[in-house]
Parts: sequence; C-alpha cells; structure tokens
Amino acid sequence: MTFASFVIQLLNGLAAASSLFLVSAGLSLIFGVTRIVNFAHGSLYMLGLYGAYSLIEALGRTPLGFWSAVVLAALAVGLAGVVIEVVVLRRIYRSPELFQLLATFAIVLVIKDVALAAWGPEDLVGPRAPGLSFPIEILGRGIPAYDLMLIVVGPVVLALMWLLLARTRWGALVRAATQDREMVGALGVDQARLFTSVFFVGAALAGLGGALQIPREPATLDLDLSVIADAFVVTVVGGLGSLGGAFLAAVLIGVAKAFCIGFGFSKLTLVVEFVIMGVVLVLRPYGLLGKAPATPRAIGETPPPLGPPRRWPVAAWLVLFALVPLVGDRYVTVLLTDIVCFALFAVSLHFIMGPAGMVSFGHAAYFGLGAYAGALLFKKAGLPMELALVLAPFVAGLFAVVYGWFCVRLSGVYLAMLTLAFAQISWSIVFQWDELTAGSNGLVGVWPSAWLSGKPAYYWMALALCGIGIAILWRALFSPFGYVLRAGRDSPLRAEAIGIDLRAYQWAAFVLAGTMAGLAGSIFAFSKGSIAPSSVSIAQSTDGLVMVLLGGVETLTGPVVGAAIFTWLRDLLARETDFWRAALGLMILLIVVVFPQGLVGGLAALYARWRPA
Amino acid sequence: MTAVLQVDGLHKAFGGVRAVEDVAFAVSAGELLALIGPNGAGKSTCFNMLNGQLEPDSGVVELEGRDITGMSPRAIWRLGVGRTFQITATFASLSVRENVQMALYSHAGKLRSLLSRFGTALRTEADALLDQVGMLDQADRPCGVLAYGDLKRVELAMALANQPRLLLMDEPTAGMAPRERVALMELAARLARAQKIAVLFTEHDMDVVFSQADRIVVLDRGRVIAGGLPAEVRANPDVQAVYLGSGH
Amino acid sequence: MLTRNRLLAGVSALAAASLALPAAAQDTIKIGELNSYKIFAAFLDPYKKGWEMAVDEVNAAGGVLGKKIEIVSRDDNGNPADAVRVAEELLSREKVAFLIGTFPSNVGLAVADFAKQRKTLFIAGEPLTDKIVWDNGNAYTFRLRTSTYMQTAMLIPDAAKLKKKRWAIVYPNYEYGTSATAAFKKLLKQKQPDVEFVAEQAPPLGKIDAGAVAQALADAKPDAIFSSLFGPDLAKFVREGSQRGLFKGVEVFDLLGGEPEYLDPLKDEAPVGWYVTGYPWYGIDTPEHKKFLAAYQARYKDYPRLGSIVGYSLTMAAVAAIKKAGSLDQDKLLAAMSGLQLTIPFGPITFRALDHQSTMGAYVGRIGLKDGKGIMTDWHFVDGKDALPSDDEVKKMRPAN
Repeated sequence: MTFASFVIQLLNGLAAASSLFLVSAGLSLIFGVTRIVNFAHGSLYMLGLYGAYSLIEALGRTPLGFWSAVVLAALAVGLAGVVIEVVVLRRIYRSPELFQLLATFAIVLVIKDVALAAWGPEDLVGPRAPGLSFPIEILGRGIPAYDLMLIVVGPVVLALMWLLLARTRWGALVRAATQDREMVGALGVDQARLFTSVFFVGAALAGLGGALQIPREPATLDLDLSVIADAFVVTVVGGLGSLGGAFLAAVLIGVAKAFCIGFGFSKLTLVVEFVIMGVVLVLRPYGLLGKAPATPRAIGETPPPLGPPRRWPVAAWLVLFALVPLVGDRYVTVLLTDIVCFALFAVSLHFIMGPAGMVSFGHAAYFGLGAYAGALLFKKAGLPMELALVLAPFVAGLFAVVYGWFCVRLSGVYLAMLTLAFAQISWSIVFQWDELTAGSNGLVGVWPSAWLSGKPAYYWMALALCGIGIAILWRALFSPFGYVLRAGRDSPLRAEAIGIDLRAYQWAAFVLAGTMAGLAGSIFAFSKGSIAPSSVSIAQSTDGLVMVLLGGVETLTGPVVGAAIFTWLRDLLARETDFWRAALGLMILLIVVVFPQGLVGGLAALYARWRPA
Repeated sequence: MTAVLQVDGLHKAFGGVRAVEDVAFAVSAGELLALIGPNGAGKSTCFNMLNGQLEPDSGVVELEGRDITGMSPRAIWRLGVGRTFQITATFASLSVRENVQMALYSHAGKLRSLLSRFGTALRTEADALLDQVGMLDQADRPCGVLAYGDLKRVELAMALANQPRLLLMDEPTAGMAPRERVALMELAARLARAQKIAVLFTEHDMDVVFSQADRIVVLDRGRVIAGGLPAEVRANPDVQAVYLGSGH
Repeated sequence: MLTRNRLLAGVSALAAASLALPAAAQDTIKIGELNSYKIFAAFLDPYKKGWEMAVDEVNAAGGVLGKKIEIVSRDDNGNPADAVRVAEELLSREKVAFLIGTFPSNVGLAVADFAKQRKTLFIAGEPLTDKIVWDNGNAYTFRLRTSTYMQTAMLIPDAAKLKKKRWAIVYPNYEYGTSATAAFKKLLKQKQPDVEFVAEQAPPLGKIDAGAVAQALADAKPDAIFSSLFGPDLAKFVREGSQRGLFKGVEVFDLLGGEPEYLDPLKDEAPVGWYVTGYPWYGIDTPEHKKFLAAYQARYKDYPRLGSIVGYSLTMAAVAAIKKAGSLDQDKLLAAMSGLQLTIPFGPITFRALDHQSTMGAYVGRIGLKDGKGIMTDWHFVDGKDALPSDDEVKKMRPAN
C-alpha cells in the first residue's frame, strides 16, 4: 500500500466512523440514563434512511431540500422514539433487568414490517448529496466531498452533545442519572419526562445517522440488525455512557475496517469489530473510556426466591408430552422436537443469566458449536450417530471453558457483549471455513440412525435427553453449587467474604450451561438433517433471550414455557399472515405489557391475587 | 496475652495522596478495638487493607503471628477472620437461614456438590447462630425483605460462622436507629468476649464507641494521632481538636 | 400451584387445538412452496406474483389431471432449520404432492437433502449454488434456474474477447461469491492463460464498505473487474466507484447486474457499458415472452422482474411434471422430471436427466441508459445448455445415487 492509499483509506475509515458514532452515541445515551439495551436502535437508524429518502423525493433534490429532509427525518425519528418510550417502555421500567430488551426486540419486528408496508421491498437508492457529489482530489485520488463533510460531522456532533451535557440543566440531570439512577429519583426530578427527552435525543441521533447515509447507502430492510450489532460494539468498546468513548471506538473500528480492506484482508471485515471488542474488554473491562458502574444492581431489585420444582406436576407434563406423538400428526411431533431442543437451550441460558446473573448475548455459540460438533463427528470423523450426538456437547463445553474463562472476569452488559464477541468470532469461523464446515452452505446429510429415523422415535429420544439436561440444570440450581451462583449474583462482595471463589463457580456454571446448550444443538442438528451458520448467529442467541424473558427470567419454568410459546407462535403466525413478523412483535408487546414479569411470573402473580384467602 | 491482629507500618497512597501513613496497632483475643476518626481520616482504607480488599504499599498485617499482608479476602477468611460491611451485604434472594448456612457450608468445604440438595445439612448449626443474634424467629424469611437492623444481625451471624478469631466490623451500626445501635454492639461485644474473639470496628457513633470499646485508636489524615483506653482518648487534646472541628 | 398448572393446561389445550389437522380437500392438487419472503423481499415479491399468475392460468385452462392446482406457500425465514420444519409441515399436514421454491443456497441444499430423506420430489427455483445439482446432487432434487457456474460461463466469451490482462475481483463473502469467483478464474484462465488476477476483495454480504473497497481495487490498477455483487452492495459499489473514478478506462463485468431487481434501483446511475447477465423484459419479442409480458402487465400493472419469470416457470415446470407423470406417485414424478421439456417465457427448456439441471438460459449484454433508467443493450440470449460443462465433468462431480 502506498502512502497515498494509506491516507485515503484513513479518510474512508473516518467517514464510516462518523455515521457509526451517531448511532452509537444515541444508544449509549439511552442506555446510560434508562439502562435499556435498546435493540430497536438499528430500526430507528433504518427509519432515518427511509424517511430521508421520502422527504428528499418530496422536497426536491436541491441542497435546501436535501438538508431540510435530513433534519426533518432525524426529528421524525426522534418522535418515533418518544412514541416507543411513552407507549411501551414506560410501562415496564419496574420489570426485571433486561425485560425491556424483549420489548425493543418486538419493536424491531414491528418496524421492519411497517417499513416493508410503507416503502415496499425494493432497495431505495437515494440521490447523491446536491452540491457535494463531486470528488475532491487528494494525493492524486478522488474522494467524494460528501465523505469529507461526514468526517467533520462526527466531531461537531460530539462537541454539540458535550455542550448540551456540560452546560445545561438537562445535561446535568442526564449525567447524574447515568452515574446513579436512584439519585435522580431521590432528587425529585420527573423521571418520566427525563427518560422521554433522552429517548427523543437518542432516537434523533440514530435518525440523523441514518439520514446522513442516504447518499452513501440504499435504504433496505436489512439495515436494522446489521447496524444494531455495530452500534452495540462501538458503545461497549467506548465504554457505556461515554460519548467520547463512543467516538474513539467508532474511529478505531471504522479505520480498522478500512485498513483491513486496504491491506487486502477484506474477509476480516466480517469479524474485525468483534475481535477488537473482545480484546478491549479483556484488557479494559469497562471499555476504553468507561468507568466501573457505581452499583451493579440497584437496591430493591433483587429477584424473588426461587422454589424447587414439584415433582408430580413435572412428571405429569412429561408424560403428557411423551404421549403427543400417539395422538398428534407427524408435524406436531416435529414441532415438539424443536420445542424441546429450544427448551433445553433456553433453560441453559436461564441457568447463567437468571440465577447466576450472567447475561449472555452469545449463547448460540454453544448451541451452534454443539450442532456443528455433532455433524462433524458424524460426517468427517465417521463416528456412529449416537456417539457423535452425545460427544458433541462436550466439544461445546470445551469452547465454554475457553470463552467462559474470559467472560466471568466481567459483569453486566460488558460480560454480555464479550459473550457476543466470542459468538460472532465463532460464527465467522464457521461461516468461512469452507473445507471443514462447508462455509455459508452448512453441512447436510446429518440424519439419525435407522432406529431413530421415525419422527416419534427421535422425538422421544430428544424429550428424554433434553429432559435429563433440564433436570440436571434444575437439580444443580438447588444444590450448594447453584446456591453459590445465586449468592454470587445477590452479593459478590459477601460471597468473597465468606471464602467463596465466585469466579470459579461462575466459570463452572458457564461450562455446564454451554455443554447443555451444545446438547440441545446437537439434538437439533440431527433432527433437521442439516446445520448452517445461522445456528451460531446473533438471531439464534436473540431467540434464546426472547424465550427466557418471555417466560420470565425470575421463574424456574419460565424458559420452558417461553421456548414453547415463542416457537409455537412463530410457526403459527408465519402460516397465517404475510406480516407475521409484525404480528409476532405485537403479540410479544401485548405479553410484555400485560405480564411485565414474563408469562410464568405474571400468571403466578395473578394466581396469588385471585387465590381465595 | 498475644495479639490476634498485629498491624505495623501500614502505608497506602492513591496517586500521590497518602491515605494511610505508618499506621500500627494490635488487637487481643476477646478485646474490642474501635478505629475512629473524621471522614477521610483513612479508616476505610485501613480496614480494606486488613480484609484483603486493598494491598498496602508497605507494612505488615499479621494474624496470630502469620503474615497475611496482601492476601485475598477469601484466604483471609479461611484463616479465621469474619467481617461485616458498612452497607450490609447479604444474599437477598436467599432466606435468613440459607444465608448463614451458606457461610457454614463454605467453612465446611461443602459447596462444590452439584447434585445434593442445599440446606439439608448444617441446619442446627445455622439455627444456633441465628439464635445467638436473635434472628431465629425470622429464619425462613428472605433477606431481601428484612429491616435494616435485622440484616446487620444476619451479617453478624454469618461473620461468626467460621468460628473466627478476629471479627472486622466496618461501621456496624451505620444506618440504624440510635437505640438499636447500642443493642447490636452490646450483642457483638458479648459474643466476642464469650468466644474470645478479637474485634476491630470503625464507628461514627461516639456513644457506641465509648460505651463498648475496650480500647480506641484515633486516625486523622492517615496517621494514628492517639490510642488507649476510652477515658484516655476522651481526654486527649489532639482528639478533641479533631472532633471539635479545629483540627481541619 | 395447582391453579397455575390448570392455567397452563388450558393454554396448552388451546395450543393443541390450533395444532390439529386442517381438513384436507382432495379435489385439488397441492404443491408445497417455501421461500425466504421476508429476508429477500425485493426478489421474492415479484416471484410470488409470478407463481400466482401461473396458478390462475393453469386452473383457468382446466387444471391438470382434471384437478385444480393449489400452491401452499410458507415463509422459511431464510434459515435452513426453519425451512426443513416448514417443509415437513407442508408434507405431513398439508399433504402436498411435492416441494418447490427456496432462494438462498444453504436453504436450497438443506431442503434438497430433506427431500432425499423423505423421498419426495423437490424442484429448487432460485438457489444458484452449483452444489445442489452437482457435488450434493441427489435423485429427488431438480433445479430450474441458471446456476452460478452457468451465468459466469455466459460472461466468459466477452471477457476473453477483451484480452485484458490485469483483472480485479470483488464478490460477497459467501458461497455464491466464492463459487462465482472460482468459476470465473478457472474458465478465463482456460481461454486466456496469461491473465493475471491482481486484487481480490470479499466484503461481507450486505455490508460492503464501498469507498474503501473501490479504493483498494483502484490501487491494484486493474484493466478489468469481475464483480458478483448484487443488491445494496452493488448500488453502493457503483456509486462509490464512479465517484472515485475506479471505472474510468476499466471494463467491468457484473454477474447479476442486469436483473431488474438489482439494475432498476440504480436509476440514472446505472453503470453504462458494464457486461452483465440479466433480463431485458422490454426487448424480448419471442411469442412466449410477449404472451407472458402482456398477461403480467395486465394483471399487476407492473413490469415483471427476473423473480417473476422464476416463479412463473417453476410453477409451469411443476405442472408439466404432474401432467407427464399422470399421477402424484413420487417415482413417476421423478421419472417425469428427468428429461422434462417445456417452454417457459425464456423459451424451451429441458431438465437434464444427467444432473437434473434445467437448461434455462439468460440474457447477456451491456448496461445502457434510457430515459434515466438502466437497461440492457446489445444483449443476446444464451441457452443454458451451452453454458454447462461437459457431461464427463458433471458425472465426476455428481455422486452416484
């Protein structure tokens, strides 16, 4: 690479960084104040792009039309953020940690279908920026003037935000709330209004980030999820709640990607940001400029005690489930096989995120690696299917040994993001290692042995194995080991002070959960006959989170119910309506608003209220 | 009588600010030593170097003649040091009895089991400890719903679970009503003396300090400015100066 | 606790009720169709219009074997695991005669393998992967569309004719892109042994950093570029590349760039002079296409995309197979598919007995501009059968089964 192209790639990286920064800044701001992991932030960005496209068409492709469209689109997206906050999120601030994530996930689904209905399926390529579409010559190479302007926009917005935060009363409140949410409540500030205004600003920044991309990027329906992952990464690498950090991280990642391309390692761009995040989090557990949170878990939010399962109801359910293939059709059996696999997957995720307090955004890593391990042991190592099936979980467990060792050194959202980083690194390896994993195509021909090839036979085996897996996890929760996990979640300080090596237990929990997720994945793979990288993807991890939260993270049976309801609803709605994503989203929103403790938690609360005295 | 805890020449600085300078004192079995001083005097820093949370820049901390300087909180606990926190730290989703059992299981090395049911063992021992602190009647309630004073008692029971030779109590009565404060410290003193436990505590409430401590060490700006029996300390002009505000 | 269980029991009873069998109507022939409608909406929306029109045409003409046909369509969520589940639902609950559809290669391959396991015919519509009929080919799977290899091969004559020495390559980082690149390099090298591949860029699908990629390609000073980008990646690449002067004096080939799905969004920025394969619906005046075009435009007040052709032709192929088999027996259907001949809007095609690939062709031409819209100019039709490797080569790749 010559000096000139080095400089140009640097500028390219900086231009990309500006838009990354705008989205991330809004996300960071919202998280800092409300502690909401806003999954819908990428959707707001997408709306910004679509909105700007339509507004430019309406206002005309003149500089005035272009810039007023950009500003109006940003403001409109800000208002959309306000609607989301007021209509949905405000009702569930008191819910368990991360429950809001479920709501924002549902909003992603709704916005995607709304955008599809409003703008259609075709990619919309916006106009070039009027007046700025000419290239400027630098070192003998042309770079669009608009890109150079974008490089300036990032720091300008950073400066404006800094002024807003440092010099206004609103800014002071935001800073105070970012440091200590309880304090703001204690100061007698109208928390609802503060949150709404923060949502407006955060959403408007996302909208602005999207709108400014219109000359560089077509408006498409896939932007939401591809942007949200980037934004999470930037926010966490920079340090949650730190705008300066977000800027630094955006520049780091933007430039790193540009250099990957410049030096001819373009395949690395798939994963480079996650590698950076992993390294940063291992070295600096709170991001580049982040600070350790004052109180990891707010007082008064401790989860209720967990009761062990009653034997007879559980046994009755098991028998009921085992009988279904005798009365139902073949498809019910297939669907139930999916459900039991996901139930074990969700219970294993719940094991670490509920009682152990370690939220994982990357649990699909173990599910998927278990699935791939099963398929590879069977196809490439030539093991008998039964042996491959039961050995595969231990391969997933081995990965959990390595990944977990790093993860348990962190806590809260940082831990969650490190799990995501490992999952994405695993995904990108699976996705690109054509010789071993068959790359994006995945492995096919992973069918069970003859005696298990009947759907009921396979289902009974899945039910038995997943049942055993769930039984082990539940049993472990009420063993001394499980109590240590809960104790460590409630008060790490006290756990250490009574001689408990908490990290060792958390690590072991990680490995156990990873192994069980691997078992679920391996059973899943053989039930499908094929396995593809999507089983290691963010979407698979998100599904697990949704199942756990939907059922109720603070209950024991919640994850099982959540897995069943989510899988069944998705199957049902996808068949009944074209707009199944929006329908699913709305169903989840309904459940969220009616049962802010999750389904099982909500039903238990209802029962407690109606129970005759 | 040999000292249970012996501290010598303890130093700690944070970025050039000397938080603790050349602090030395000793506590004997069955003795209650109060560490007092105005805000910022270095009490907490000092305390955290004893319990393993902070590593001193220099100096020695000995427990029954054994050097424990720089050991982790876990290791120090294993050597027989119990502690309570300024802001109570209990396991909120566990019942009072389970909290104490947790400490007992840990002491007995029984926590590694994955398949046995927690809580079946060491129940009588837990109840005995709870009885000592007057919490037996609430043994089945989750800690998350307890009144603050009761939490402090649970903490005390947990701190006693490993039959400690030394008890470290950081502001044991902070956040409690005045009448409860004296009662709690009386309880702690009674148990300590009966079981020959050395107690080191920091405290803001002078009524508690002067009524319960056997000896007092006064810190100011990181240094020991006085030490001795309560009456001596009360009469010390330096201490009066610090506490009447002219010392700043 | 008891009441909670009762509540859950109620919920599950409801669930069971809705899972129960729908009454099967036997006066129609059901064909199961699955596709990633939500994930690849831009392509599959016109595709759906295509097969809907085909169904109505077939039924208006009296159906097949004296029965009306019905397509039962499902969204597979772009995910092989979901696709296999949905396929199972179509077979066991909807009792469809066989399966058609799918878009991404991994879904196509998973459903193909599922079809083999279930001993059921599967006609893949859109998946481009060569593997579905070659390396992973099986007795039950047929594929309609021109494959990655075929479309690449169609561009080779033009590419070789230019005698450009320094080629740069850009492709989306997944199987389609890597296969297209491998095929292009191999075929061009055969025709022109002195060719040099000076740069290769593989941005992630849908996430190209177009400015940086364009710059990196320009740094290699290529004489020509071969791209297999499509969709938003292509749009971004075109815009950044032209703003940065990448295409000045450089010949560019883009594998799918002439398909209306990907060409039309570019509007007046369509890159004039690029060599592409695609679908110039505005210029094809064969009778079979004219008939199709008129019907489509009358019905939808919109012009067809390539997806419309695939959806329409896929359905017609399915119906032709049923007609030829004279029954819904799988063995007879498979025998009928082998060597099945029919005429689609692109002309006559054959599903080769050799590898189950259809000989559907494609249009090869160059991009031009007309009334502020990209069109294909100087195009000609290449029959699929002329873009396939020799039978011996195919036999070597395809497992015996």
